[in-house]
Amino acid sequence: MSKIQDAFKNGKAFIPFITAGDHGIATTERYIRTMVKAGADMIEIGIPFSDPTAEGPVIQAASTRALSTGVKIDDIFDMVRRLRTGNDAITIPLVFMTYVNPIYVYGCEKFFAYCEAVNIAGVIVPDMPFEEKGELQHFASKHGVEVVSLIAPTSENRIEMIAKEAEGFVYCVSSLGVTGMRSEIKTDIKSIVDTIRKYTDIPVAVGFGISTPEQAAAMAKVSDGAIVGSAIVKIVAEHGDKADDVLFDYVKAMKAAVAQA
Amino acid sequence: MSEQQRHGYFGEFGGQFMPETLMNAVIELEEAYNTYKNDPEFIRELEDLHRTYTGRPSLLYFAERMTNDLGGAKIYLKREDLNHTGSHKLNNVIGQMLLAKRMGKTRVIAETGAGQHGVATATVAALMGMECEVFMGAEDCERQALNVYRMELLGAKVHPVTSGTSTLKDAVSEAMREWTNRMADTHYVLGSVMGAHPFPLIVRDFQSIISREAREQILAVEGKLPTAVMACVGGGSNAIGMFYNFIPDENVKLIGCEAAGRGIDTEEHAATMAKGTVGIFHGMKSYFCQDEDGQIAPVYSISAGLDYPGIGPEHAHLRDSGRAEYVPVTDDEAVDAFEYLSRLEGIIPAIESAHAVAHARKIAPTMSKDDIIIICLSGRGDKDVAAMAKYRGVDIHE
Repeated sequence: MSKIQDAFKNGKAFIPFITAGDHGIATTERYIRTMVKAGADMIEIGIPFSDPTAEGPVIQAASTRALSTGVKIDDIFDMVRRLRTGNDAITIPLVFMTYVNPIYVYGCEKFFAYCEAVNIAGVIVPDMPFEEKGELQHFASKHGVEVVSLIAPTSENRIEMIAKEAEGFVYCVSSLGVTGMRSEIKTDIKSIVDTIRKYTDIPVAVGFGISTPEQAAAMAKVSDGAIVGSAIVKIVAEHGDKADDVLFDYVKAMKAAVAQA
Repeated sequence: MSEQQRHGYFGEFGGQFMPETLMNAVIELEEAYNTYKNDPEFIRELEDLHRTYTGRPSLLYFAERMTNDLGGAKIYLKREDLNHTGSHKLNNVIGQMLLAKRMGKTRVIAETGAGQHGVATATVAALMGMECEVFMGAEDCERQALNVYRMELLGAKVHPVTSGTSTLKDAVSEAMREWTNRMADTHYVLGSVMGAHPFPLIVRDFQSIISREAREQILAVEGKLPTAVMACVGGGSNAIGMFYNFIPDENVKLIGCEAAGRGIDTEEHAATMAKGTVGIFHGMKSYFCQDEDGQIAPVYSISAGLDYPGIGPEHAHLRDSGRAEYVPVTDDEAVDAFEYLSRLEGIIPAIESAHAVAHARKIAPTMSKDDIIIICLSGRGDKDVAAMAKYRGVDIHE
């Protein structure tokens, strides 16, 4: 069983996100292998949701494209099972990023049992704050799946409470607003990360708005890693099922930038 | 029985499923509400505005011709359509905007379906000198073009929402996204008893004035409580307003009328109670129209205001605890009722409210002359005239 913290053992981590089923589940499977080869330390696999309220236009569109192919949660578990088996099985930690409703309606017990079976190390659920994590936590813990906590620039007095119970890694949200590329990240990330570190020893990675190697390096410099979603999804949107080379080069450059931070 | 057991919950429904970025904003809202809801100055200002601006108390009207025509229960209409801006929405908006001002907010955002809540928010923003932006599904902008112009006339900026199904749920999602982006100076004036705690509680409290007045009014004219009160339900704000003060009166039936569109046996309806399952979306655990993977279903109703795939958590609790019942009403039935009330009583109801009128037409004849029904006439139907004409195959230019 690979654990989230394994992602942070090779220096600063680069964590790409991809929407499962965007241009077909077989394409997603191939792109995950591509990103692993290019040096990704952990991959966030997005289970598409019809109404992703925390996403900007790029990931919203990817979710819509994915769902229009008819992809089901069962197909995504099957894909992860394929990635985890055979001679070319991938071994880095994989996490799911989705909304609380698909997990709840699919069935929490079934969902986390399958996560355990296919070796999903954790889940990131942006519409499930600290106060409501009881909805999933019991089922996740029972199956050894870590529930990742998010901390935002507005968390302030909530950081201590959240960080003390955080597991896997802390997802530090870089900016206000939804996911999407930003030309500039103005938040004082260092001070937020420093506060988080007063209360927990687990790694802290920064996401939302990061697209360039310079941004990723700047974020990784003050934390343990950088998470990139919209920029990856945009490459897939632009290149469809022929994004392999572009994706490989992008992830390689981002990992290099993060590693030097 | 509607008292909350767990913090922010009605029975097992409700909660606060918001992104971490907004958690301090909803906590701040709850604290402000708890501070001001019993503040005499706040209450006085709210009551003054309702008396001098909204036009409250709203009338309780005995619909004598309708009563005689149906030949059963006596029918009263609670005339929320007579409020300034033409619907019950102003009850909540004035309350939330007074709260927003006290919280130091200078800008408000809102979602709207039929445009009623958007118009109410734009109106009070003009009154209070606040900046206002309204998110409205692109399809609804088309269905309710008059209300779009009305909001702009009042100084609001209207954002047509093209994501998802381009209707009310997408407008709510987009308003939430905008709030995540900017909350320091901005209050999100949610228009229904839905979303994350404390919204379902705040909106219900501000709307409960409907049943507070209606209960006093019916006791004054009839000397007894009604047999049933009924209202249309989308998110459920006018319904909870109509129900709330009758909840302890266990002999008063509470009936919510939801949009069955082209029928609950088709794919084209918004009948959350009849066809939905429990889920967690838009900040709350409640019933939703959705598939087995929790993907929210595209819903349909002729009424933009009822075209929502979920329902407020307190309604879910009232239903599951057996206190209230919820019935589906089709487009056809609602349009018939729209015309019926217009011709019989000289009152053109909103197509939303016509869903409740339609159900009253079904049950009143089965009841005795000693029975009393109060229908919440939540809005007026001027906005729907063009759409109703189109439904009947008449093409008129707005």
